[in-house]
Amino acid sequence: MSQFILVNSGHNRDDEASKLGMWLFLFTELLLFGGLFLVYSIYRYLNADAFLHASYNLNVILGTINTVVLLTSSWTVAMSVTAMQKGNINLSVKLIYATIFFALVFLVIKFFEWSAKIEHGLFPGMEHLNQLAPGSKLFFFLYYFMTGLHGLHVIVGGIILGFVLIAIRKKRTNPGKYMFLENAALYWHLVDVIWIFLFPLFYLIH
Amino acid sequence: MAVALGVLMRLELIAPGKTIMEAKTYNQVFTLHGVIMIFLFLIPSVPAVFGNFFLPIMIGTDDVAFPKVNLMSWWLYVIGGLFALSTLIVGNGAADTGWTFYAPYSVRTGTNVTLAVLAAFILGFSSILTGLNFIVTIHRLRSPKMGWFQMPLFSWALYATAWIQLLATPIIGITLLMIVAERVFGLGLFDPSLGGDPILYQHLFWIYSHPAVYIMVLPAMGLISEMIPTFAKRTIFGYKAIAYSSLAIAFIGYFVWGHHMFTSGMSGPARVIFSILTFLVAVPSAIKVFNWVATLYKGSILIKTPLLFSLAFIFQFLIGGLTGLVIGALATDVHLHDTYFVVGHFHYVMFGGAGFGFFGALHYWFPKMFGRMYFEKTAQTSFTFMFVGFNMLYFPMLILGIMGMPRRYYDYLPEFTTLNVISTVGSWILATGIIIMVVNLILSARKGEKAPENPWGGTTLEWQTASPPSQHNFDREPVISVNGPYHHS
Repeated sequence: MSQFILVNSGHNRDDEASKLGMWLFLFTELLLFGGLFLVYSIYRYLNADAFLHASYNLNVILGTINTVVLLTSSWTVAMSVTAMQKGNINLSVKLIYATIFFALVFLVIKFFEWSAKIEHGLFPGMEHLNQLAPGSKLFFFLYYFMTGLHGLHVIVGGIILGFVLIAIRKKRTNPGKYMFLENAALYWHLVDVIWIFLFPLFYLIH
Repeated sequence: MAVALGVLMRLELIAPGKTIMEAKTYNQVFTLHGVIMIFLFLIPSVPAVFGNFFLPIMIGTDDVAFPKVNLMSWWLYVIGGLFALSTLIVGNGAADTGWTFYAPYSVRTGTNVTLAVLAAFILGFSSILTGLNFIVTIHRLRSPKMGWFQMPLFSWALYATAWIQLLATPIIGITLLMIVAERVFGLGLFDPSLGGDPILYQHLFWIYSHPAVYIMVLPAMGLISEMIPTFAKRTIFGYKAIAYSSLAIAFIGYFVWGHHMFTSGMSGPARVIFSILTFLVAVPSAIKVFNWVATLYKGSILIKTPLLFSLAFIFQFLIGGLTGLVIGALATDVHLHDTYFVVGHFHYVMFGGAGFGFFGALHYWFPKMFGRMYFEKTAQTSFTFMFVGFNMLYFPMLILGIMGMPRRYYDYLPEFTTLNVISTVGSWILATGIIIMVVNLILSARKGEKAPENPWGGTTLEWQTASPPSQHNFDREPVISVNGPYHHS
């Protein structure tokens, strides 16, 4: 039988479609965190004092450094996309490496933050935390849950960028076809945006 | 599987007192019945089975926008299904919380809630990906000659559904993750004795789970909108009204979740608002029903099994919808909350509506999917069994509920016996009907007559290609009617 192919075949390359799909996916991610922000705001409203006291336990300096690190990584990944568009593959690859490096720095700092708190017995089930007011326990539950989930997204984002590097090496992603890089960058910006909300909610509000 | 559980439950309720199982077993059985039916059957059935097959054909293309994402969604579905079923053998027995997983009980019970909840989470993810795929497919891959209002109504229904899947499912995802985290770390996010708020859980749960019932019923409504014009040999009445009402149901459906919680503690004004919004959903639903009936009027009607299922859909959906208004009204809800009336209402909409729509479409598209006709007579017999059995099974529940029989108990007072027996006998008739149908369809797929391209005289694009369609769906350019998708010449 002759192979009849429709003009609007689903197997055509369609950059618009992949970008649309990515944006829709980012929407669902935002809503996922949106549910948590909702829970956070309701409990903050119900236990304002306890949340405030609990938040003094967080290290604002480390949090600020992490914010700067993530913002910088967002900048590098955006430049990497632009470099690819302009045909400078070498620079693009370097900038992706830089982004992954910043992701690792972020995770290492996060690791030290968490372990310092766990040393003080501030982890669900530990003695120190059990003595706190119920509201403060909720604060720490949400703290671990939300930053933990965000940390997971950082790891996933880093891995995706790693795949982008492989794709570039195999020439599947190139200056004429860079949707994969662009979508990975979009995902990375989402990780960044969520942190920008988490940081003031947990560290800064007084 | 879930049907068997349902029949077992009815068997337990055939007589007062303990009949075949303990209270705890009964709790586990109705939980698993709910989880399987909702997350494994009702939510994915129509979009996954018919959507993936017919959406691309109906809008004149050869595949969905992201075939690989689709495959991933399928595997997530399999993994989620395995998780749900494995609760039967792994850990301390299957969950006994009801499919709603209400906190704080779901946080404290010793049964294997964690795995069941994870299953629901994974299945939700699969549902999101399907929805995302459909939205992009409809936007990007629609035939260039097909405008939005030349799309078949099934695609409209799937489009509206896809948005609900996309926007509502993440909320349940995160809520269920919180339940898992609570159980693992022993903290009380929703446990009042540890400072949490169980009502908040209910809110988060229903923010998804109410829109979810529209995920279940909207695609089925789309199926009815396909079958009725084909068998009435008339263009559909009120095409745009039906298309818009799908979107309206999807939109209003987001704002009615509070009506599940009228008795769990909510301020007066909030209750009134939720009640009014609930009544508003009835408007687009009624628009659809009126349009379907108007389409049949003065049509030259061809009575075949799919049409019978569609008519049963309209009849049962009407009962389901009207009883929905009864429990959507504040005063009556206080009396009927958590009674069998709710169970009856829910099954009338979900099974009598979504389930029957699904079965109808199974017959409607059977020739197209398998290339063979099903045996019409046997199909009509199975339909009769199902229709009679269904109404015998669920109508007594409505009466029992008004009389005050609470739901989710394995036992009841002696005065409820007669109606419970009727209901249980109904479940046997219904199950017989389903078995006949399944056997008939399997036999037809092997031995049925070869199906022509267009056995029903349908006008949508899937009838312009071979049965079953070739790998690329179309071997020639499909002709898109300028007079809309249901123009019978």
